Amino acid sequence: MNGAHDLGGMHGLGPIDAEIDEPVFHEEWERRCFAITLASGFLGQWNIDMSRYAREHMHPALYLNTSYYEHWLHGLQTLLVEQGMLTEEEIAARMLELAEEQKK
Amino acid sequence: MSDHHDHNSPLPDTVLRVKALESLLTEKGLVDPAALDVLIDTYEYKVGPRNGAAVVAKAWTDDAYKQRLLDDATAAIAEFGFEGRQGEHMIVLENTAEQHNMVVCTLCSCYPWTVLGLPPVWYKSAPYRSRAVMDPRGVLQEFGVTLGDDVEVRVWDSTAEIRYLVLPQRPAGTEGMDADALAELVTRDSMIGVGLVKPPGEATA
Repeated sequence: MNGAHDLGGMHGLGPIDAEIDEPVFHEEWERRCFAITLASGFLGQWNIDMSRYAREHMHPALYLNTSYYEHWLHGLQTLLVEQGMLTEEEIAARMLELAEEQKK
Repeated sequence: MSDHHDHNSPLPDTVLRVKALESLLTEKGLVDPAALDVLIDTYEYKVGPRNGAAVVAKAWTDDAYKQRLLDDATAAIAEFGFEGRQGEHMIVLENTAEQHNMVVCTLCSCYPWTVLGLPPVWYKSAPYRSRAVMDPRGVLQEFGVTLGDDVEVRVWDSTAEIRYLVLPQRPAGTEGMDADALAELVTRDSMIGVGLVKPPGEATA
């Protein structure tokens, strides 16, 4: 399938921003996102093609406007829900709970 | 190139969503928190471009090894114990005076984790992915590399299975150096094909 991920040859995306002495992760959530994605993959409920598809079928505008580990996050949630391991509702509920805790 | 970076800020919900998924997965016993820490530690501190540099330096100093590397990169790299995820099917591309190789993954971020670790943000970002295949010489110039017109540039677009490692040219003036000293000269960018290995004493970019 083509889509926003199919970037070869696309014009107008600006200069390459190579960071000197770049850290492996920039923020703690990236570490956690990386690790839960790999660990969930080890459960064997999907393969690499399914994970790629789950990232690539993000809305093109969203795909281009989000960072790499957000693509992973979107893909992971999609797969966990599709495989019946988590539901959208429990994820939303847990996010609300965590947001409430942070306010305290 | 600059020392600042303006990678996109995460969406407002992103950090919460990651926390929610981790907490639910842990609560259901689907992932083990200790295993998460091991994964992070491995890819943040243990696996990285020093692995690839050791492979390159060995190839420069041992012709038989270099031949094995070019014939069956996966097996030759495994001689160092570098095996596993995102390195299952490796191909090594040799840079010569006539041909310069550079690697991209236009569709995503495929990258040889076993020898280079996790990819830098620019490798996974739209500008490099879009232009590496359309204007490789222009991209190389952004990385400070200008090649003569007589050098052929070949761009290799990674697939979900195959991962490429560039074997850069050994710089002049390194004849007496052993593999360990040579490995110090080898940069990550030179093994992606967007840099050249510089002789000792010259500033590395």
